[in-house]
Amino acid sequence: MSHNIIKIENLVKNYDLGDLTVHALRGIDFNIEKGEFVAIMGPSGSGKSTLLNILGCLDNATSGNYFLDDVDVKKLTKDQLATLRNEKIGFVFQSYNLLARTTALENVELPLFYNSSVSAKERRERAVAALETVGLSDRMYHFSNQLSGGQQQRVAIARSLVNDPVIILADEPTGNLDTRTSYDIMDVFQKLNSKGITIGLVTHESDIAQFTSRNVTFRDGRIKSEIIVENIKNASEALAQMPVEVDY
Amino acid sequence: MNILNLLKVAINSLTKNKFRSFLTMLGIIIGVASVIAMMAIGQGSKQSIEEQISTLGTNLLFIRPATQTRGGVKMGAGSAKFLTVADANAIKRESEFVSAVSPMVRGGGQAVSIYDNWPTNIYGVDIDYFSIKNWELKDGRLFTNKEIKSSQKLCLLGNTVVEKLFGEAYNPIGESIRYNKIPFKIIGILKAKGESNFGQDQDDIIIAPYTTVQKRILAITHVHSIYVSATSSDVSQKASIEIEELLRRRHKILPSDESDFKIRTQEEIMTRLTSTSDILTALLSAIAGISLLVGGIGIMNIMYVSVTERTREIGLRMAVGGKGLDILLQFLIESTLLSVIGGIIGILLGIGVSKFVSNFMSWPVHITMDSIILSFIFCTVIGIFFGWYPARKAASLNPIDALRYE
Repeated sequence: MSHNIIKIENLVKNYDLGDLTVHALRGIDFNIEKGEFVAIMGPSGSGKSTLLNILGCLDNATSGNYFLDDVDVKKLTKDQLATLRNEKIGFVFQSYNLLARTTALENVELPLFYNSSVSAKERRERAVAALETVGLSDRMYHFSNQLSGGQQQRVAIARSLVNDPVIILADEPTGNLDTRTSYDIMDVFQKLNSKGITIGLVTHESDIAQFTSRNVTFRDGRIKSEIIVENIKNASEALAQMPVEVDY
Repeated sequence: MNILNLLKVAINSLTKNKFRSFLTMLGIIIGVASVIAMMAIGQGSKQSIEEQISTLGTNLLFIRPATQTRGGVKMGAGSAKFLTVADANAIKRESEFVSAVSPMVRGGGQAVSIYDNWPTNIYGVDIDYFSIKNWELKDGRLFTNKEIKSSQKLCLLGNTVVEKLFGEAYNPIGESIRYNKIPFKIIGILKAKGESNFGQDQDDIIIAPYTTVQKRILAITHVHSIYVSATSSDVSQKASIEIEELLRRRHKILPSDESDFKIRTQEEIMTRLTSTSDILTALLSAIAGISLLVGGIGIMNIMYVSVTERTREIGLRMAVGGKGLDILLQFLIESTLLSVIGGIIGILLGIGVSKFVSNFMSWPVHITMDSIILSFIFCTVIGIFFGWYPARKAASLNPIDALRYE
């Protein structure tokens, strides 16, 4: 039996808005195994982003159990959660969330600053290696505002990689990008996944989901369907088949 | 995160956002500098008023005859002939709180030199008068006790009189003038004092031995007033009481009767003058208070806004593993650095502005340590608090709420 990186049982999340209670998640059972590349899909308001935020320990569940790499997240304090995020999770946001006026390299180094067991030298080496992995070794000293959207998202992926997490969680990483750049980013994810890195990704675009190994579709706070993808599309091939656009 | 890393992150964050850092500091710079400059200008004015008051004399007591009534007709102040040279000598001899005494007689008339003429007052005094009234010599010498005893026709001229009779930059020592047709030899020139607080030209004066003025010009034996210097300003009140008793005894005044003389201490004169500078002090404190308040609110706003604006950054830092304490310490270090550096620049700017005002507008300024310490501490404390408080608020949020903050 393969090892479950993520295991959730009967997870509920309610948002209390005064008189009105929004049921974002209505009891979810869900696992992600090591080495999987899971796409979490669904329309807006289906609860997929809420789930991802809880998986990333950025938000708390109302009830239910969540085990991340066999750790019971419910029992942890705020500071222990911070350490857990620092050591086990890499998060990629739709809007990149890079620090302004800061080089790509320094952005990637950021998580390691909060890990006191990593020396300054090791921090630099690991950040350089992460940037090489996402193919940005020639842009290391560019400031975040000097990079294109796709390049910024690659920096964000490198940042999520640098702490050597058990899982990378990506919230609509291609939501702000055009199709070609989106495929490019999916190519990066596929290559990381082929190296054995577990990835959970939220998207509402079905063509993006085709590059993953399992699609979980949400609707109104419940899992509607789960599909194991038979023919996983290869992003680099898809890129090659795309007509070359004229760059202005 | 260890403290060295935190320091690095904080300094990085400040230097990468130089403009934001500068604007944030500006609030503190202006706050500190304006308080220091305001206080310096105000204190300067106050001091210059006090200096002018001190030119009136040192711990001065001034004795003149009381107004008298003769057959129902009230006579002008100083018209009575009750004070004598013997009174002055008795005060000098018997009072223990007195350091200098001089009788004074004053006459009006026309001074004439070989070049010009000028109407002015002649003051007949004893040698002590010069120290009592803080007169200094610009040139020449004072008269001696022997010259006073023998009523020598010698005089010292005030600066204005020299100008009017001889013209500027002329040294008339050794020459003679006539005052009401009586020749006086000039033996000294007095250092200029300028205008008094009442707008009177203090240098429009001729000083001569009292004996000479009594005999040759006024033909009187009494004196118009007696100037006394107390040994220190603390005892001038005691000296006043002592002299009062002494003169009442000498003038044989019954306990039921009023004195035939009046004593005024410099403090009484000063009380009236210092009321001006007291108003100024109150005004200053109000200005400083308002400057501090306005500066403080400015700092509060800019710090609060610039940290609140960074809520998303705080969210990101927490998302990648920053603990609440890490975030708080980073912002505490940042706001402390900004506040202290801004405060120091503010102090320098405040001193610079004060110097500028004193050099180019020739206003009197006096920079006080109090204003520097007060404004620096007040502004840095506000700066640090309002840099730290919104960061604490942001760090207590769920990371996702901080990240979503608009």
